[in-house]
Amino acid sequence: MLSWVSKILRMKFLSLLGLLSVALVAGVLVSPSLTPSQAQQPAPSNPAATSPAATPTPGRVAGSAASPFGTQTPQGGLNIVVLDPAHGGTDPGARGTGGIRESEIVLDFAVQVRRALELQGFQVVQTRQGNENPSFDDRSATANAQRGAVFVTLHISSTGLPGTARVYVNSDLPPVANAGGLIPWDRAQAPFLGLSKAFGDLVQGFLAQRFKGSPDTAQSASVRQLRTTAAPAIAVEVSSVTVEDRADLDRMAPGVADAIARGTAAFKPSYVVPSTPGALP
Amino acid sequence: MTPSWKYWLIGGLAVAVLAAAIYFPILRRRVKRAARLQQQSEEQARRELTQPIPINPSDPRVKAKVFWVSDAIDSTLAPVTVELPLSNDPALRSKQVLNTLLAGPVDAELRTLPPDASLLAFYLLPDGTAIADFSEALATSIPSGIVSEQLAVNSITRTLEANVPQVQRLKILIHGQEVETLAGHLDLAGTFVVNTKVAQEPAKPTPTPSGTDKPASPAAAAKARAAVPGTLTATRAPGKLAQAESRP
Ligand SMILES: [Zn+2]
Repeated sequence: MLSWVSKILRMKFLSLLGLLSVALVAGVLVSPSLTPSQAQQPAPSNPAATSPAATPTPGRVAGSAASPFGTQTPQGGLNIVVLDPAHGGTDPGARGTGGIRESEIVLDFAVQVRRALELQGFQVVQTRQGNENPSFDDRSATANAQRGAVFVTLHISSTGLPGTARVYVNSDLPPVANAGGLIPWDRAQAPFLGLSKAFGDLVQGFLAQRFKGSPDTAQSASVRQLRTTAAPAIAVEVSSVTVEDRADLDRMAPGVADAIARGTAAFKPSYVVPSTPGALP
Repeated sequence: MTPSWKYWLIGGLAVAVLAAAIYFPILRRRVKRAARLQQQSEEQARRELTQPIPINPSDPRVKAKVFWVSDAIDSTLAPVTVELPLSNDPALRSKQVLNTLLAGPVDAELRTLPPDASLLAFYLLPDGTAIADFSEALATSIPSGIVSEQLAVNSITRTLEANVPQVQRLKILIHGQEVETLAGHLDLAGTFVVNTKVAQEPAKPTPTPSGTDKPASPAAAAKARAAVPGTLTATRAPGKLAQAESRP
């Protein structure tokens, strides 16, 4: 009789132990959600985009230190594309309900755009390789350190017809020379607006062929990134992060890459460095 | 029976831990909801403080043109005629039309500005420069992107242009602060041209002397900016960030 009671008690003890461990596990599971700020660690950088070849190599294009306008560019004009995967780091850019982040997708797009441009014989310099967030000025500085370069900033929008892509050039920035005759850094794009428009129209034309519903010509917008860039500069924005499946955007990457590469190749002969700033080729 | 109370104690503790583990997320959700409610009511209170833009019924009823989106996908702006009693004072009139724009059209899909954004202050300087100070929600709730941010700014400038001829250009502040971009893309550093007809005349670009065309260094630019504080000074004259008008 007594042994029977103790048996029951032992069984109870075991089940209690089980219950306790369940409670502990539950407690452990609950606690990480207490600190949402910790849970939002920056995503790991894309390993594909961190190839050593992607390191900016401004030294390679060093030629004479002549003005970009006054003389012919060394190596006969356009040969470098500065590619800017926008956002990154603490700035995710546009975010879709399905967890799609603009900052991550543009980095993946950049890998394909880079490959397409290199196939066309261009040297590509990226403003960021992984999940960093350089400032607008830092990104512009990467472009402004090059000669005979064009600048392309890549974006995925929050809105617009999914499956379309738009090219933007900076809105009108009348060049105003300051006392020293220099073009102020904060309006560096001003002398290049005409060239940017020609470049943008070419890329937009190829995008329109590929993505139905896209405009035929580049549009103007006050895009902060473009204003400080002293090169023919465009923003390419793809719609949109609202797609339910990320694959819908991934499928657009080869077409976007091809359009940018073909547009840049088509623009190359017309980029004979202008003798007068902002003049159309 | 001495060990039995121990088992009961352990059992009781385990049940308590389990109950706490189950109850905790519920509690957390409740606390969060309470915090959100408070935030909302703060925003509400601020709106009520800033809102009383006296819609004076004795003001003449005017057919105001307010620019919202014509179609949710296509993203082009179209004027909607709204009959409103509008003041003859340009600053007051601007507040009235901007509040109408913020309130949004009947179809919420066609709005250009986030529903929780509000106009905190509006000033009109004698030279025709207007300063509109919006609540933080304008920057935080707007869908990030070139197309959506440009649409928001264009709806503001075009609504002002259509209804308040005295406003020449507009500077946008967020919660009293000058910000670099609206939501990561659109440049808010300069002023936007509002009155496009007047702006076209003096907008002769100053020819740049040749040979001196290298952009200044960032350090020099920073120095220049420090020497010329603010964006509404002569060196940052109107029209620097003229919006390309994409008329539908
Ligand atoms: Zn973006």
